[in-house]
Amino acid sequence: MPELSSQQAVGIDVSAVADTADPVHRFYSVLGSGNIRAALIEPSGLPPARLIEVQSGDWGKASQHAAAESWRWAGVWAEDLGVDLEINACLERRGAYLILRTRVRANHPELPSHAPHYWAADRPERHIHDLFGIRFSDHPDPRRWTRHQAWDEHTFPLRKSLAVAGDQPLETAPDCDYPFLKAQGASVNEIPVGPVHAGTIEPGHFRFQAIGETVLHLEERLGYVHKGIEKLAEGRDRAALARLAGRVSGDCTVGHTWAACMAMERAAGVEIPLRAAYLRGILAERERVINHLGDLGALCNDVGFLFGYYEFGRLRELWLRENLAWFGHRLMMDRIVPGGVAVNLSQDRAERMRQSLDALRRELDELITILDANSSLEDRLVGAGLLATDTAAALGALGFVGRASGQTFDVRKDAPYAPYDRLPVRVPLEDQGDVSSRFWVRYKELRAALRLLEQMLRDLPAGELTTVWQTPREHAAGFGAVESWRGEILCYVRFGEGGLIRRYYPRDPSIINWPALEQLVLGNIVPDFPVCNKSVNGSYSGHDL
Amino acid sequence: MLRLYGKIFKTGVLTERVPAAAKPVPARAEGPVPISAEVDETIQRAGERLKTVVDRRFRGSLAIRQVDSGSCNGCELEIHALNNVYYGIERFGVHFVASPRHADILLVTGPVSRHMEAALKRTYEAMADPKWVLAAGDCGACGGEFGVSYASCGAVANVIPVDGVIPGCPPAPIALIRGILDLLAR
Repeated sequence: MPELSSQQAVGIDVSAVADTADPVHRFYSVLGSGNIRAALIEPSGLPPARLIEVQSGDWGKASQHAAAESWRWAGVWAEDLGVDLEINACLERRGAYLILRTRVRANHPELPSHAPHYWAADRPERHIHDLFGIRFSDHPDPRRWTRHQAWDEHTFPLRKSLAVAGDQPLETAPDCDYPFLKAQGASVNEIPVGPVHAGTIEPGHFRFQAIGETVLHLEERLGYVHKGIEKLAEGRDRAALARLAGRVSGDCTVGHTWAACMAMERAAGVEIPLRAAYLRGILAERERVINHLGDLGALCNDVGFLFGYYEFGRLRELWLRENLAWFGHRLMMDRIVPGGVAVNLSQDRAERMRQSLDALRRELDELITILDANSSLEDRLVGAGLLATDTAAALGALGFVGRASGQTFDVRKDAPYAPYDRLPVRVPLEDQGDVSSRFWVRYKELRAALRLLEQMLRDLPAGELTTVWQTPREHAAGFGAVESWRGEILCYVRFGEGGLIRRYYPRDPSIINWPALEQLVLGNIVPDFPVCNKSVNGSYSGHDL
Repeated sequence: MLRLYGKIFKTGVLTERVPAAAKPVPARAEGPVPISAEVDETIQRAGERLKTVVDRRFRGSLAIRQVDSGSCNGCELEIHALNNVYYGIERFGVHFVASPRHADILLVTGPVSRHMEAALKRTYEAMADPKWVLAAGDCGACGGEFGVSYASCGAVANVIPVDGVIPGCPPAPIALIRGILDLLAR
């Protein structure tokens, strides 16, 4: 078993830290009292995240303790270091991020699973198995996940030994034999949907078991848009990685680019100018506004309330055109660059943006009065797609999906970064957990984003737009966490030689939230699936990577 | 309900009529309308030409089946925008259909991920002749940011025959309208 890196390990007297307010120290002492050999590495090298290393044999037990200590499981990624494979799991509690790290031998990659203790770990671990060949010994679901038929079960694309081109013939067979759960019984009918859906949406497969119109079980099968983003990142320079990050999920381009740039900047020890941070905030809040507008409209559309669809769609289009006029791109792709931003905002444009905020507020006041008075809309949204608060908590549901089911976490408030560390971030909350709650949380977030935009425009400091880049040393790593419109995005970047990327892992909030859809659709009628699905709006591309 | 009707009348018709004679008249004096005026005229011109071609060659009705074969979903957002009140592409005789069997044009976005290769081919094969394929976005046109890899076949043309490409990352709605027009006007 590989040895822990001991040079930085801090010896801590367990009894002295047991009552400390620092949740990381507390967890470290809990691990010690559970007879788990752990090392708290300080400094972690991944600020603001902290780092604890454990032996691979204790990996599962460590997560059991973490679950008992109410840490939220936020993600897992691996890295090929040659002889060893390194595995990092990210936990979060009260805004403190903790990376749990271990190593396994590349020729005998076996590890206890986190999935028995954390539901959210299920698919991410299967993703790692498919791409690195790490076996999670007590994983409750050993089926493949990201792998379809593009590579075989003995090929592991994210191992360094495999070239990005792969070694399979060009033609890929359809994935026909995935072992879906079967329901037996005369009255149960099975409805396969996808990967090509009826509308203009991303591809994925849904397997429904239904009794009459009622959904008895739903199983998602994703991975259709897996395009090797993690592998493609390797060997890129920082600008090319930022471009790639902007295309992890197109609707969340600002969020992912920001997270990737934040991770790269922390790895390089570069601090961006405050003006650039404010401009990033403005771009991110505008992204929140356009996506919430679009989806509020789409939710209306999915229950046949076309008035809402066209009105919200009109407002979204106006904002897209403003994005083009002021920032040069309708979706604001590639406006965030490593070290700062590639856009500026003149006094004149800031003034026009302020006017546009007022105009949107007036429109929303009017629209929401109409929507509120429309009982047919309420009739379809209230009670549909229920995600109970304890289910959301067990999953660690993120963004508006979590916040509509009582989960308060928001990176901007709980682990704030510039410019949000200087702003009063209001986090709207609902606890009914139905489609209607998700609708109203998003409406309130929209209003909160307008307030933030107004404050950022008022406070926008003068100064540079980018800072001078310093090439990070080899092996320098960085961790980024931002609150995109969809929820928390995590990002891990490690540099290799010459400032080129060695490893990139983006954890889109959809990776956590997709299983919520399987739960909240149960007991609903099949025709309500589109509105349930839209109320979660997971990204297929951000999930499949 | 009265409020709803009131709002509809107050918002007015933002979509250009086809054929329309004059510049768009914003229904409201206030509000962030000005920057759209120029775009609207362009939409109208492109749209009128599109309608002429659709009328002549497709008897007034052109059906498009869209398939995302690996896109980041950026292109989908702009294709959606074709149906908002400003572009309203259906008034030019163009509509999106659910089944490939009803489609004249297959509009494909994204590089073709290997996991979507078979599904894309089957969708193409399900379409009746005559049929055309448009690859929208840089990824569909040339592989874009993703190219060819263990997971991606790259450009759509690497998998099915392509009749036209619409570059852009993502192509704006007006570029999509022009791309469809360019294909049909050949």
